[in-house]
Amino acid sequence: MPGFPQAAPIEGLIGGLLIGLAAAIILLGNGRIAGVSGLFARAFGISSGDTPRQLAWAFIAGLPIGAGLVELVVGVNANFPTPPILIIAGAIVGFGTQLGSGCTSGHGICGLSRLSKRSVFATLTFMTAGVITITMMRLLGLSP
Amino acid sequence: MTRENVLALLSGIFFGSGLAISGMIDPARVRAFLDVTGNWDPTLAFVMGGALLPMAVAWQVEKRLRKPLASNYFHLPPTSDIDWRLISGAAIFGIGWGLAGICPGPGIAALAVEPISALLFVLAMGAGMGLHRLIFKTRSFARA
Repeated sequence: MPGFPQAAPIEGLIGGLLIGLAAAIILLGNGRIAGVSGLFARAFGISSGDTPRQLAWAFIAGLPIGAGLVELVVGVNANFPTPPILIIAGAIVGFGTQLGSGCTSGHGICGLSRLSKRSVFATLTFMTAGVITITMMRLLGLSP
Repeated sequence: MTRENVLALLSGIFFGSGLAISGMIDPARVRAFLDVTGNWDPTLAFVMGGALLPMAVAWQVEKRLRKPLASNYFHLPPTSDIDWRLISGAAIFGIGWGLAGICPGPGIAALAVEPISALLFVLAMGAGMGLHRLIFKTRSFARA
C-alpha cells in the first residue's frame, strides 16, 4: 500500500469479511452477539447470563481451530510481547472487558454495525486509550 | 451436538481463521495500528471495515426476522445507557490492549499459533475477569 509498506489491506479485508460472516452466523443463527470476552467468561462460568455454557464453549474452541487451520495452510506471523507484559495486559484486558461489557468484537464489530450508542462510546474509548498507551510507551522508551 | 452449538462452533472457526488471515493475531501489527504518531499500519481499519459489511447486512435481516434460525428469540444486549462502568471498563481494556496489542479474540485464537505466550495471556485474562466478578459480585448480571 503506497506510503504504508507494512500494511496488508487485501488480507485485512478478506479476514475482516470472514470475521463479519462469523458474527452474522451467531446473530442470525443463534440470535446472539459474537462477543469474545463475554462468551469466554460464560464458557468458564466466570459470568452468569442466559447463554448456554456449551454454546459459549463451541464458539471459543472454534477460534484456535480456525487460526490453526490458517497456520497449517499458509502460516501465521505473530510477534508476541514478553511474559510480564502478557500477564499484566491479560489481567487488565480481562477486568476491563467485564466492566465495560465487551471488547473489540462485541462493541467494535457487532455493536458498531448495529449503531448501538453504548458500543460507539465504548469503541471510541478503548481505541483512544490504546493510542494513548502506545504513544506514552514509545515516549518513555518502553517496548513490550 | 445441537444445531445451536454447531453454528457457534462454525462461527468460531470462521472468526479464528479471519483473525489469522488478516494478521490480527500478530500483536506487533495491532500495536502498529494504535501507534498513530509512529510507524502507522492501517491494516486493522481494513479488518474492521471488512467485518462491518456483512454485519450491517445481518442487522437489516435481523429486523425482518421474527426469531433466529436456531433459537426461539433474539438475546440482545441494550444499546443505550452510557454509564461509568461502560466508559471506565472500555478505557481499562484499551490500556491493556495497547500494552500488549492483544484483545480477547486474537489471544484465544493464538493458542494454536504461539501456545505458551497465548496461554499466559488467556490465563491472566481469566484471572482479571474473576477479579471483576469478586469485586462486583453483588451486581446483577442480567442482560436484556
